[in-house]
Amino acid sequence: MTDNVSPWLEHGLSEQEYNLVLELLGRTPNYLELALFGVMWSEHCGYKNSKKQLKKLPTKGPQVLQGPGENAGVVYLGDGLAAAFKMESHNHPSAVEPYQGAATGVGGIIRDIFAMGARPVASLNSLRFGDLDDGRVKRLLNGVVAGIGGYGNCMGIPTVGGDLYFHPSYRGNPLVNAFCLGLLQADKIYKGSASGPGNIVMLVGARTGRDGIKGASFASEELSDSDRDKRPNVQVGDPFMEKLLLEATLEILERDLVVGLQDLGAAGLTSSGAEMAGRAGSGLFLDLDKVPMREEGMLDWEIMLSESQERMLLVVEPSKAAAVAEVFEKWDLLAVEAGLVTDDGNFTVRRGERVMASIPAELLTDKVPLYDRPQRVPDYYEKSKKADFSALMCHGDWAGLLKSLLASPNLSSRAWVFEQYDSMVGLNTVVRPGGDGAMLRLPGSDRGLALSSDCNSRYVYLEPRRGAAIAVAEAALNCAVLGARPLALTNCLNFGNPENPEIYWQFVKATDGLAEAAAALDTPVTGGNVSFYNEYDGLAIFPTPTIGMIGVIEHIGNRVPAGFPAGGLNVILIGESREELGASEAHHLLTGRDEGEVPELDLALTKRLINFLVAAAAGRLLRSAHDLAEGGLAVALAECCFPGDMGAAVTLDDGLSAAAALFGESQSRVLATADDASLDAVLDSLERYSLPFSVVGRTTDDGLLTVGHGSDTLRAKVSELKDAWSRALPEAAAL
Amino acid sequence: MTVKACVLVFPGSNCDRDNVRSWEACTGLKADLVWHKESSLPDYDLVIVPGGFSYGDYLRCGAIARFSPVMAEVVRLAGLGRLILGICNGFQILTEAGLLPGALSRNKNLKYICRDVTLRVENNKTAFTSRYAPGQVLTIPVSHGEGGYSCSPADLAALRDEGRVVFRYCAADGSVSPDDAPNGSLDNIAGILGRRGNVLGLMPHPERLAEEILGGTDGRALFTSILDALSGGPKS
Repeated sequence: MTDNVSPWLEHGLSEQEYNLVLELLGRTPNYLELALFGVMWSEHCGYKNSKKQLKKLPTKGPQVLQGPGENAGVVYLGDGLAAAFKMESHNHPSAVEPYQGAATGVGGIIRDIFAMGARPVASLNSLRFGDLDDGRVKRLLNGVVAGIGGYGNCMGIPTVGGDLYFHPSYRGNPLVNAFCLGLLQADKIYKGSASGPGNIVMLVGARTGRDGIKGASFASEELSDSDRDKRPNVQVGDPFMEKLLLEATLEILERDLVVGLQDLGAAGLTSSGAEMAGRAGSGLFLDLDKVPMREEGMLDWEIMLSESQERMLLVVEPSKAAAVAEVFEKWDLLAVEAGLVTDDGNFTVRRGERVMASIPAELLTDKVPLYDRPQRVPDYYEKSKKADFSALMCHGDWAGLLKSLLASPNLSSRAWVFEQYDSMVGLNTVVRPGGDGAMLRLPGSDRGLALSSDCNSRYVYLEPRRGAAIAVAEAALNCAVLGARPLALTNCLNFGNPENPEIYWQFVKATDGLAEAAAALDTPVTGGNVSFYNEYDGLAIFPTPTIGMIGVIEHIGNRVPAGFPAGGLNVILIGESREELGASEAHHLLTGRDEGEVPELDLALTKRLINFLVAAAAGRLLRSAHDLAEGGLAVALAECCFPGDMGAAVTLDDGLSAAAALFGESQSRVLATADDASLDAVLDSLERYSLPFSVVGRTTDDGLLTVGHGSDTLRAKVSELKDAWSRALPEAAAL
Repeated sequence: MTVKACVLVFPGSNCDRDNVRSWEACTGLKADLVWHKESSLPDYDLVIVPGGFSYGDYLRCGAIARFSPVMAEVVRLAGLGRLILGICNGFQILTEAGLLPGALSRNKNLKYICRDVTLRVENNKTAFTSRYAPGQVLTIPVSHGEGGYSCSPADLAALRDEGRVVFRYCAADGSVSPDDAPNGSLDNIAGILGRRGNVLGLMPHPERLAEEILGGTDGRALFTSILDALSGGPKS
């Protein structure tokens, strides 16, 4: 027991929370017990500031086999196959030690996926950094990308896509959100549940050391300049160990040797043990004398809170323990019998026969105090709606502006990033990184799986509710332009300090928007992660609710490319273009300002657009389809020209200013092509789905992009645009 | 005759199943997965040493894997003239095991590189390349952090003189200049044969572009050439 006057402080609890512990437990906890409460009631493990808001999210649907609450969500894909997928943040560790922080973020999410019994087949990552004119930010970017590649490449899991944006708000607190997806048979989902009293609890994989101790608490604090000291809080990854752990785990699952399993992530043995017992409503004890150690003299609480990587807890029937141990031995891995499932409802920590801590598991997992934090509309909110767009409206050199946008940090080619990742291992990557979304083929099935991650955080900052809804709509459209029906989503909700009422307001509004869009588009939320306290020296990041969306196409042969495949095709602009320059990338590029009204979002129209795209792909009506996003129509046209070095001749007659027509970011728009023979069928279909459209021109094979708008003309050589677009990021990121 | 093929599995191999799949897709034949602890192999006609990160590539790529029990069998089968194909990490392992000369070192830009590259077929009179035309330019992906080939001047002279440089990194038009080697390989070397002509090591991954749906089929002829050589099929 501690004799500190305020024993709760050391464990990150408030005095009220400490009093609640006393009341629930009916006695004074000892030091170890209080440490267990401290991590389990942290925001990172207990979601105490977010759970009430997360309950708004739609989580059900016929496609959902497993919703939130397990290691990962699972949805049905068809043909007996299911996908387990989830996204998680590793922001603070990456800020302090970018390579290991990012690498262990990847490792952690991969374990979540194979803990469901799924073989991981694809990863995405969503990254945010400050501006690249800062040497420290360059080192963070280089380190994070190398760390993601270093772990994922070694695992043999392809990294097939993701998204990357830069903004000063992320300067000291980058975002590293890692997404992983695995495939499994729909009738073979495993859960993190410690059921069956008398069953053996096995600890497998790596030894336990002092790395990453209190990582969960670290994630629940703001960053500051003194965080160099936090380096010991960052875990160290060993992807080779994890590769062995993956293969050994899948082998024992294949042979039906396990009742339940759970990876050791945040708060290590504490959270995995308590959660397994809590889910099963059983009890469980762990004997710390049995835990294989990396170093001598570790204290009980250090063992319980260690976040050493590449470890799993298994629950195994006694008759199968020897067979499990044999499989792990084949893979040169440790597997020890570290405890038992009990029926007393307690999560108990022992040293041999001595009980060091014993707490009803549900107090740790289900009695976390949940808070409605105070909210306040931020000062910036009304002020930032007004904006002066004269720099953009009067620019005139549209080709020059397009070239500058394509070479800007947020719109330039991401090849520098994704070529450092193995995107092809596994032989399933049919649409590689670099387009709207990626697509995988599914073994033993004619179906294809689309994946995409997205979030424009400038929109979310300026109008949190609509911005979050746009992130969902955009991720869904990224799947739909490939011809895939969006199926379900995971998310990573990155925000500042929730104890600040303005930040909490952003969080409440953004989750409202997320809930609304997910319901409207019939893409339930199957899980995710909340990351608060993303602040550096008191400055919060832009609110960033990153969306990871998956979708399915019935026949992968019907997938639609993003780029123009040939000259002489009709170019169709689908959706409604408005005079919307607010929050645009072009305005930001010219002024450095984040302001203006965020573009309108019509979710019903978005839904119809998705339905049209899925039907048009199935009917093989379109030759290409690309979703319009940052940079508007002009940037989308250039992006469509790049893959095949094509050109286009387009004339716009939309009644808008040239600036808005070319660079406005009106939502729910797609640039598609059709050949003459199918044009009528495409236009009929667009009318049936009540979608606004106009046939704006033709693709060409002369490598010239020409856009006429009244008396204005944008004329550019595609090769010059592509050169600027390709070179920008490698040059900006070079150390 | 039936062709017996296997793909080795080291701890950390990750292209093992991919090679089984592409071998089957290209030839219609099965291949066994063989665990690295096997110390006695049947007389396979073809052994594929696959890509990946054997033993995490800790110490040095392939440096630990060469001591796996199965490698003595690979050396024995190579001595019998059976075909041995090492791809990426497999190539690294074969150089560590002494079945191929030289070594692979960090890419010149010090970064992992995964993308399609173009290769020129330098020798199509081999058991692995008979279905390619001489000078044919292939699109095949690379995916490695340590693919820069180097060897002694004497080894290089022998490789050139004996036609054992099988693939070189080249430009799309087939021309070869140092800038075309993404990893800084000596003499743009992408793949080489052993002295007897039955061992091929290459850094690019032919198994990754052997089906149209994956974006190309230029890797396919490598597998069908092997089948021809082993089954006495058509020679070009």
